[in-house]
Amino acid sequence: MDMPFATRRRRDLIVAACLAVIAALVPLFVKDVYVQNIMVLTLMYAALSQSWNILSGYCGQISLGHALYFGLGAYTTAILFTKFGVLPWFGMLGGGLISAVIAMALGYPCFRLRGHYFVIATIVIAEIALLLFQNWNWAGAALGIDIPVRHDSWLNFQFTRSKLPYFYFALALACVAWLVTWWLEDSKWGYWWRAVKDNPDAAESLGVVVFNSKMGAAAVSAFLTAVGGSFYAQFVSYIDPESVMGFQFSLLMALPAVLGGIGTLWGPVLGAVILIPLTELTRSFIGGSGRGVDLIVYGTLIVLISLARPEGLVGLFSRRRKAMVR
Amino acid sequence: MTAETIIQSLASGLLMGLLYGLIAVGLALIFGLMDVVNFAHGEFLMIAMYATFFLFAFFAIDPLLAAPLVAAALFVFGAVVYLLIVRFAVRAKANAGMVQIFSTFGLAIVMRGLAQFFFTPDYRSVTHSWLGGKTISIAGIFLPVPQLVGALVSIAAFAALYFFINRTDFGRALEATREDAGAVALVGIDKNKVFALGWGLGAALVGLAGAIMAVFFYIYPDVGASFALIAYVTVALGGFGSVFGAFAGGIVVGLVEASTALILPPSLKSVGIYAVYLLVVFIRPRGLFGSI
Repeated sequence: MDMPFATRRRRDLIVAACLAVIAALVPLFVKDVYVQNIMVLTLMYAALSQSWNILSGYCGQISLGHALYFGLGAYTTAILFTKFGVLPWFGMLGGGLISAVIAMALGYPCFRLRGHYFVIATIVIAEIALLLFQNWNWAGAALGIDIPVRHDSWLNFQFTRSKLPYFYFALALACVAWLVTWWLEDSKWGYWWRAVKDNPDAAESLGVVVFNSKMGAAAVSAFLTAVGGSFYAQFVSYIDPESVMGFQFSLLMALPAVLGGIGTLWGPVLGAVILIPLTELTRSFIGGSGRGVDLIVYGTLIVLISLARPEGLVGLFSRRRKAMVR
Repeated sequence: MTAETIIQSLASGLLMGLLYGLIAVGLALIFGLMDVVNFAHGEFLMIAMYATFFLFAFFAIDPLLAAPLVAAALFVFGAVVYLLIVRFAVRAKANAGMVQIFSTFGLAIVMRGLAQFFFTPDYRSVTHSWLGGKTISIAGIFLPVPQLVGALVSIAAFAALYFFINRTDFGRALEATREDAGAVALVGIDKNKVFALGWGLGAALVGLAGAIMAVFFYIYPDVGASFALIAYVTVALGGFGSVFGAFAGGIVVGLVEASTALILPPSLKSVGIYAVYLLVVFIRPRGLFGSI
């Protein structure tokens, strides 16, 4: 890094604020509902990938089971709303807390596992949860839950006539996830996580409480992911196990960060801005959802990026910046 | 639940387990050789099943005859995947673990997409074959013939693999490379060649499994996903990299799956397998037969 760390952090914050303001103004000029829909999804995946990145990128515990927390958030909100009439905002908070607690309960045995054993454990746990939800009759089993439409309001967090409120919420969520990451980067947790990622044994010998720092990362990551899930449930107003807890969500949360730069502040944002519009556009322009072109496009991107630029696309920016400083 | 039903389902579980072992062994071989998990392993199985299907549909070749052809085709495919992708992935300096996972994961996604694009998401099946739909009764237990033949092929394949690894020059080179890739270079063995052949061999084994699976299982672009997860569990139970651990792991998985189906609704039968995986790695973080 050519720039002092404190300067870089201040600059990151200013850049983020500018980007957020620009993003907030975009809907004033873009009225097309289809495009607005893509923007909502892009912001949501930016937030989700940022949350995933905390555990998998910064702390180095690669999870391919984050769909579990996404689904828990979605289901908590939907169940509380449809069965008990609880407002989605409490569902969101509740889903987040439940996910954080479950992440720590699962982390307790899982964080002893290393490498592939850990990755496969995360897949397997999410898959068990998916199967249980598919067979849980009270929660709608495989058919899922249809969230009843009440009148449009922020209180009910339901908007049938306009996508804009969802857009601003997704933007706020992406900003919060980014700010949390930004803040954590320079906290003692951030340093611990990087130490744990680089060399857990060395970190342990230097007095980093490896286990606790993994637990912290898991809790924060799961909480934010679940909030994203709650948002998604309200946004699509119909959920079923496969569509909120399926493996593809675990993958879709990871891919933007991998593409943009795993374990970096800007990686998930950059990755989501490229990946989500690209997949949505290929899906609708080249040929219906069942034809697999979107899969071919982002699969190829992932192979190429991970082989040619393992540090992610953010590397491109920092290199140019370095050249400019010189 | 009578004793008969229990024996009946454990017997089918055992047959299925041997086939799981055959599906998983290629994964274990590659992992043992170079510490890489092939996250496209399920998609290797998927294309083997499609290859068998198309040989049947266009040339009326029975899956049993197609099996060696499919295995040979997969051998080439596996070696090519190593040379084009994995060879570069293992060289990564930054984010090494991530690169390994996502380069093969990306390949899996591309293969699934290509299958959807060219073969459509429709379910296909080999409608009539020598083995399909037949059952045989041994001592009052009914066994489906395709699974029985699959189990026999699996045992034969493991025996051949054992002979191959212990008795041939290439097998010894394979063993030597997995023990110390740096040292084999000093005695003039081309590490890349051994790795490519290892990938070919691993893919050929899953190709063999795919040809037999095609007889009694629907063929569709996502078919690999669930079997891949079972294969990871099998390999992990056996202790990653242990080829014969995969054989034992497969049997354990098959029996656990059959017993779970006796107790829980059939739609939950995989839960038993996954739970056993978690139980085993929580107690022994390096798998059932893995060295600590």
